[in-house]
Amino acid sequence: MEILKQRPSRNPKEVLTFVLLVSLSSVTLLTTLGVILSLVGDVVQFFRRVPLLEFLLAPEWTPLFAEPRYGIAPLIAGTFLVTAIALLVAIPLGLSLAIYLAEYASGSTRPRIKGTLELFEGIPTVVFGYFALLFVTPLLQWAIPDLNIFNPLSAGLVMGFAIIPYVSNVAADAMESVPRSIREAAYALGARPYEVALRVVFPAAISGIIAAIILATSRAIGETMIVAIAAGQRPTLTLDPRETIATMTSYIVQAATGDQPTGSTAFYALFAVGFTLFLLTLLLNILAQWVVERYRERYE
Amino acid sequence: MVSLELLKDHETVRSAPVTEAEALVDVRRLNLWYGKKQALYDISVRFPRNQITAIIGPSGCGKSTLLRSLNRMNDLVPGVRVEGEVLYEGVNIYDPRVDPVAVRRQIGMVFQKPNPFPKTIFENVAFGLRLMGFKGSELEDRVVEALKRAALWNEVQDRFRKESGLRLSGGQQQRLCIARAIAVEPPLLLMDEPTSALDPIATQAIEDLITGLKQHYTVVIVTHNMQQAARVSDRTLFMHLGVLVEEGPTELIFTKPKHPYTEAYITGRFG
Repeated sequence: MEILKQRPSRNPKEVLTFVLLVSLSSVTLLTTLGVILSLVGDVVQFFRRVPLLEFLLAPEWTPLFAEPRYGIAPLIAGTFLVTAIALLVAIPLGLSLAIYLAEYASGSTRPRIKGTLELFEGIPTVVFGYFALLFVTPLLQWAIPDLNIFNPLSAGLVMGFAIIPYVSNVAADAMESVPRSIREAAYALGARPYEVALRVVFPAAISGIIAAIILATSRAIGETMIVAIAAGQRPTLTLDPRETIATMTSYIVQAATGDQPTGSTAFYALFAVGFTLFLLTLLLNILAQWVVERYRERYE
Repeated sequence: MVSLELLKDHETVRSAPVTEAEALVDVRRLNLWYGKKQALYDISVRFPRNQITAIIGPSGCGKSTLLRSLNRMNDLVPGVRVEGEVLYEGVNIYDPRVDPVAVRRQIGMVFQKPNPFPKTIFENVAFGLRLMGFKGSELEDRVVEALKRAALWNEVQDRFRKESGLRLSGGQQQRLCIARAIAVEPPLLLMDEPTSALDPIATQAIEDLITGLKQHYTVVIVTHNMQQAARVSDRTLFMHLGVLVEEGPTELIFTKPKHPYTEAYITGRFG
């Protein structure tokens, strides 16, 4: 019979579409793999010259000194410090904004505010960097006299504002997707709007909210320009927000724009730092996926 | 044959009217609009204490809208406008001095689709009680009591603290929602087609529960299932196109309807 001969998998258009889609998606995958592989070669070179223990435990990062030290700790401390300050700003403000957007804003103001936030998200971070250095730092120095010109406090505060949209828009999406029927149940029990928001919608959307925070965190860790400009480029093992520091990203910028000869240990150090950064953000993303799976609520 | 023009100045046909003294809720000339569209026309009706009143009528007749005006849930719909009075215990709940939140704490509601919170069974029932400030052992006692009254206790007593309300079956979820609504002891309980999403066995369990509830509560139930109205209710309201066509004791409405539309609907000729 005719219909038995027409196997859908043999349809030429179907086959063409399939091949096209698979090859396009493998481009992305292969690029990622390529990035990792190209890093690995140089990372291996680095660890032939510098022992892993030195990298993990040495308290100083001074690749360009006569007696270079290669301890990643100061760079991680710098990254951690700036990220923590940024999150202290972005989480409370971003989540408040998200609650406002999801529960209080009227149907016409909501898209306008979200749109504005997305515009804000599009501002090049180099602009934020100079804003921190030339405007926020002098302001802060007025209040904190022994604040360095380059300091993680100013960079972290400005970065916190820069990543608010990542927290607020993703968290607001999560809260808006909580079914209307659940809100109605709470209102029918005599809950006030703030009680509905905090006791019902927020907990119901918690997995999306945590995902938003983790997304913002990896954004803060990877952020480069603001810290390179405003936080300084002197790796210091400290958690004092007034000191000049360097983060992993700002070191990479510094090294990449500097004049380390190709093949020197300082040159390979660049890749070791890049790889550490890559591992950290990868871990965070895996954590985010795990959290979303673990705490996802099914409403039906 | 059935049009709004014919019903516009319709005077509700009433059998054995409820006296003012018997009424817990007294609706007086209630009109309601969603934006420009009028959804309720001049409705006057009384709901007697400790009885079950069913509201029936074809889809879009305004039965859910009428139910939702009794606890001001319609306030949550943007663009809604209400004229007329709803007296609850003699107080007009649409008086500008009345806080709609306080109204909803007095009046429980159960919805068409079971809508438990994504929380444990215990926390679902405790929600309204916590809003009212209950804590500790008193809170626990009231939760257990509500689960017992909603005929859910036997099925969940060994797991109600840990298990999410969402893991229960549909019928159990609806009984959980009833437990959640009655935990705060509301004198009036509104039910909006509470069994329309359930299978016949779960429906049976809910109906048995509803009949038992009238000892403690006054119940108003919207249903599109006429057999259900006949089985559980003491009085029945028949609505059509936003108009209250006829109301009276359930038995009369179903055996000797006075208005031709009521008769047409209950004999299945439209709807």
